[in-house]
Amino acid sequence: MKKALEIMGEYSLLMVKVFQKPEKWRIFFRQSVIEAQKLMIDSIPLIFVISIFIGAVVVIQTVNNMDSPLIPKMYVGFMTREILVLEFCSTMIALILAGKIGSNIASEIGSMRITEQIDAMEIMGVNSANYLILPKIASSVVLSPFLMLFSFVVGLLGGALIIAITGLITMAQYVDGLQFSFKIHYISYSMTKMSVFAFIITSLASYYGYYAKGGSLGVGRSSTKAIVISSVLILVFDLALTKLML
Amino acid sequence: MIRIKNLYKEFDGKDVLKDISIDYKPGECSLIIGASGSGKTVLLKSIVGLHTPEKGEIWYGDKLFNKLREKEKKELRKEMGMLFQGSALFDFATVEENIMFPMDFFTDWSLEQKLERANFCLRRVNLENANKKYPNELSGGMQKRVGIARAIALNPKYLFCDEPNSGLDPTTSIVIDRLIKEITQEYNITTVINTHDMNSVMEIGDKIGFIYQGRKVWEGSNKEILHSDCKELNDFVFTTNMAKQLKALMNR
Repeated sequence: MKKALEIMGEYSLLMVKVFQKPEKWRIFFRQSVIEAQKLMIDSIPLIFVISIFIGAVVVIQTVNNMDSPLIPKMYVGFMTREILVLEFCSTMIALILAGKIGSNIASEIGSMRITEQIDAMEIMGVNSANYLILPKIASSVVLSPFLMLFSFVVGLLGGALIIAITGLITMAQYVDGLQFSFKIHYISYSMTKMSVFAFIITSLASYYGYYAKGGSLGVGRSSTKAIVISSVLILVFDLALTKLML
Repeated sequence: MIRIKNLYKEFDGKDVLKDISIDYKPGECSLIIGASGSGKTVLLKSIVGLHTPEKGEIWYGDKLFNKLREKEKKELRKEMGMLFQGSALFDFATVEENIMFPMDFFTDWSLEQKLERANFCLRRVNLENANKKYPNELSGGMQKRVGIARAIALNPKYLFCDEPNSGLDPTTSIVIDRLIKEITQEYNITTVINTHDMNSVMEIGDKIGFIYQGRKVWEGSNKEILHSDCKELNDFVFTTNMAKQLKALMNR
């Protein structure tokens, strides 16, 4: 309990240091573009592959589980859409990103800590937390909802692709289902969740990297902790946001 | 000028620095020497503000550094340069970007002006044609030179070097030592060097403070060190039989 409180205190102090006015906005925007490329744009291929396969698998499983002839086939499209938009494209993608970008951030900042590069910035008078962490948080929080949208579209395409290949249902039934009872609020709910998850992933990974100790083993430990803790928090916040927003 | 008065620092209830008082003057290479674990790195990091001392005063000119507000400390830090033990060059940046890094933050110079200054600093440390290389493409000695070039990029008043010769061969070590000495005298910088390399001590030690188990037990110049009767210092400096015989010869 004492340790948890210490971590929360240390994390809060770090966030105070992070959320200060950047020394120069030009540097902040330049770094944000670099981080957007590294953390978000470079994740697109992974998200594409996962989403297209999951979209296809969801369609197959839904068809297989709809035995009753009373249920219209268009519900395959409807259920695929709902599963993707409500949970897969935000929570599952966030859990995957926690592994990919969380470990990337924790190991990058952790290596900088143990090789004294962060100390070098501090000696120069540069707010290292602000310079290193704020662009990562900003770019992820702003761009991750678009990754969610991308994943959603690709997932639906994956479903369409498997239908075109196997003919499980007709394409018209699938499209009808996608259009049936569409609630735009689900999209904004999922995009909001994704932004919150992106903040959790980037800020926690940065925190564990920033306070890494004990050489390369310490960096590895920070990276693992960042992934585990952010994954658990993603699930907790998923529950809380779902209760609040739906 | 830097003045340290009655400095104490502890970690987990254990005193690491005890009652350290020492002055460092501009234009001089002042060395902190001592065995591994004696507290010299903690002293250097306390002086630059990376550690907060429990008690004592650190004066930079007429400013009491450890009582300054964060904003004032930040201003003062613009006058400091530091060479780290492992050079601490930014992996993500080329040599010239490393040197321009403090300029990006604290000057309004154009890119041409920054490049001109970076090239000047690189020439000053005798390292040319390495501008576009990344730190991992450089040898240890070259990395130290870039570290020095970055440290002097904004014409600092204070230069701190943490074990500048660590990992270097004796010849390169002497070259780096002489470079630090030249820069110190040329720009009248207050330079504080943390080392346990006796070659450095003899080559550039204008003023030496010997730390033993967290206390400063001896202070003097590189000439005086040979004739000191401080037992702890002699045990540290004259470790080998050859060195002990040399000391005996000198004392005759």
